[in-house]
Amino acid sequence: MSAAMKVHVSAIRKVAPTIKEFTLTPVDGEFFPFSPGSHIVVEMQADSKTIRNAYSLLSDPMDNRQYRIAVRLQPESRGGSDFMHQEVHEGDELTITPPNNLFSPDWRAKKHVFFAGGVGITPFMSYIPEMLRRGADFELHYMYRSTQTGAYVEALRNLIGERLHTYDSITSSRAEIADIMAHCPQGTHLYICGPESLIDTVRYRGQQTGWPASHIHYEAFAAPKPGKPFVAELKKSGKTIYVPEDQSLLEALEANEVEIPNLCRGGVCGQCMSPVLDGDIEHRDEFLSEKEKSGNRCIMPCVSRAKSSRLHLDI
Amino acid sequence: MRLAPKPVQTFRDDFTYTNSDEAIKRFPFPFPEDEYMYSVNIEPHTLPGPEGSVYEHLFDIDEHYLSEMAERKQVLAENPKRCLAMDHMDLACWDFIDRAMTTMSQDYPNYFTLEKDGEHWTWENKLLGIKDTFTFGDSRTLPQPPMEYMGCQVQGDIALLDQRDNDLFMDAGIITCPADWSLAFDAGMSFSQWHGPVPLAHEAGIFERALKYLTAIPVDQPVRRLNWTLTINARMDTSPETYPNWGTDRDSVTPENVGEKVYLRVELQVLDRMPRSNALMFSIRTYLISMNDLVTNPEWAKRMHRVMKTLPEELIEYKGLTRYHPILLDWLKQFDLEN
Repeated sequence: MSAAMKVHVSAIRKVAPTIKEFTLTPVDGEFFPFSPGSHIVVEMQADSKTIRNAYSLLSDPMDNRQYRIAVRLQPESRGGSDFMHQEVHEGDELTITPPNNLFSPDWRAKKHVFFAGGVGITPFMSYIPEMLRRGADFELHYMYRSTQTGAYVEALRNLIGERLHTYDSITSSRAEIADIMAHCPQGTHLYICGPESLIDTVRYRGQQTGWPASHIHYEAFAAPKPGKPFVAELKKSGKTIYVPEDQSLLEALEANEVEIPNLCRGGVCGQCMSPVLDGDIEHRDEFLSEKEKSGNRCIMPCVSRAKSSRLHLDI
Repeated sequence: MRLAPKPVQTFRDDFTYTNSDEAIKRFPFPFPEDEYMYSVNIEPHTLPGPEGSVYEHLFDIDEHYLSEMAERKQVLAENPKRCLAMDHMDLACWDFIDRAMTTMSQDYPNYFTLEKDGEHWTWENKLLGIKDTFTFGDSRTLPQPPMEYMGCQVQGDIALLDQRDNDLFMDAGIITCPADWSLAFDAGMSFSQWHGPVPLAHEAGIFERALKYLTAIPVDQPVRRLNWTLTINARMDTSPETYPNWGTDRDSVTPENVGEKVYLRVELQVLDRMPRSNALMFSIRTYLISMNDLVTNPEWAKRMHRVMKTLPEELIEYKGLTRYHPILLDWLKQFDLEN
């Protein structure tokens, strides 16, 4: 697990009706530069529990004086976005992990095409400065609802001009994804960050029209979805843990002082994989293969849950 | 007291390479047990490590610095393809330059200095008489391509692995002292592809597990492992490209010359995340010790005998020991009579 870093919240500003941007500066020493597409995990000490959420860094990767993140107030917040919006103030201290990258651009691409949905703009905010430095060929398709999201549109227009294509659902402007993909030259890589429906649309279209899977990159919003409550029995530590509907198995384990290595907390990095002895698993991760999933022998506790009322884990 | 670099010795022709008593004492002997088998023997490379040890600093600079840098120059002059960096690896090369210059100037301030004025950096390497001012990130401002420039100032081979699709790719490096592998051949290969020839380990699932671990290495938390083989004579460059120069050396081992001819070759491999590019730096620092020097430590002598005695046939073959393994084993027995 990454060593924790203490940071100051040096500025907070509203960048869209439901999105706040937080500027973080080091409490001591210097930040590392980071690679485009990196995220950090922010640890929040709420009253009843510790909340850990992953957020993409959106500042220029070469700028190690500060990190910036943007947090959308989720309508069905599990506590994290609420906490960031209501409880965190300028001058506060937070704990974060150093940056980690699971959504890096493939620099061999002839062209890069980005699809951003709402607050999914954030990783591309860190891509663009580096793309500009390298003189890379890219375009950004940015879909949002201006009454809620749509941060940074003006800044982006100033920065990249005609390479920005915006679609505001309030004015019924919609991206013709099939058409955009059809016009991509060979050697293009696609990058999607946004709601699952957007990712599914692009991936499905890619499959239908013969895009190599290695040319389609995506990052889903990391928050684990709620599910039925269940009980986790742990063989090695001998603990029995109740996992309520709005908590992930990983969070429940951490709340009971069972430490599991983890990085992305979104079912991608594979670090938290844990062996299962008994019980039916509802797999929700992107990491395990279909074969591993049907084998019912391991689980990614950051997003996956039990189908049955009990899960017996070998941890 | 740290080891100061000695005048240039050779790793070819007349083989004048020697280890001082201090260098023998700090040699990274790689066998924790009497029987050797593959494992994912990766551990955190917590810095600084024990004072004076090969683990103290990220880049270990020792008494062989000048010799190894002279050898590297010679190898590159003979075959420039021993250093390469694909276009998309330019930023990773600068990450490597930052990491090397920053740590070396802190760890060996008498030898190396780095002054930063914004993006304008001045680097001085007093051991090699180099002093350059350049713009960080702008490869045109260096006298050589960045991989070659920095690679010729650190001991050990360096590979920079690009990370994409949950895999690692050998897309840049400077490899002049490999244990029988070729950068030109492995260039662009994925992790499992370049490990293709290794016996036994694939079946054990070792590479799958190692890859998952390596792709998740965070910034500033390097890890390390030791690897080993045997080499005849103190030859650094045992590459496939130069096989005609050294392959037949294996026939030259006799019961009389084992002690001076056979060297234990240990690689201290360090993996370190490059922050700007997300590439993984893979440094392979090679240490050579003759059997005569090794057996000055009775514990090492005994263990060396036991490891050689129990080494699986597949590994004897893969490491190229077949021709002289029986002679070596016979010779080592005198240090381990009860076994």
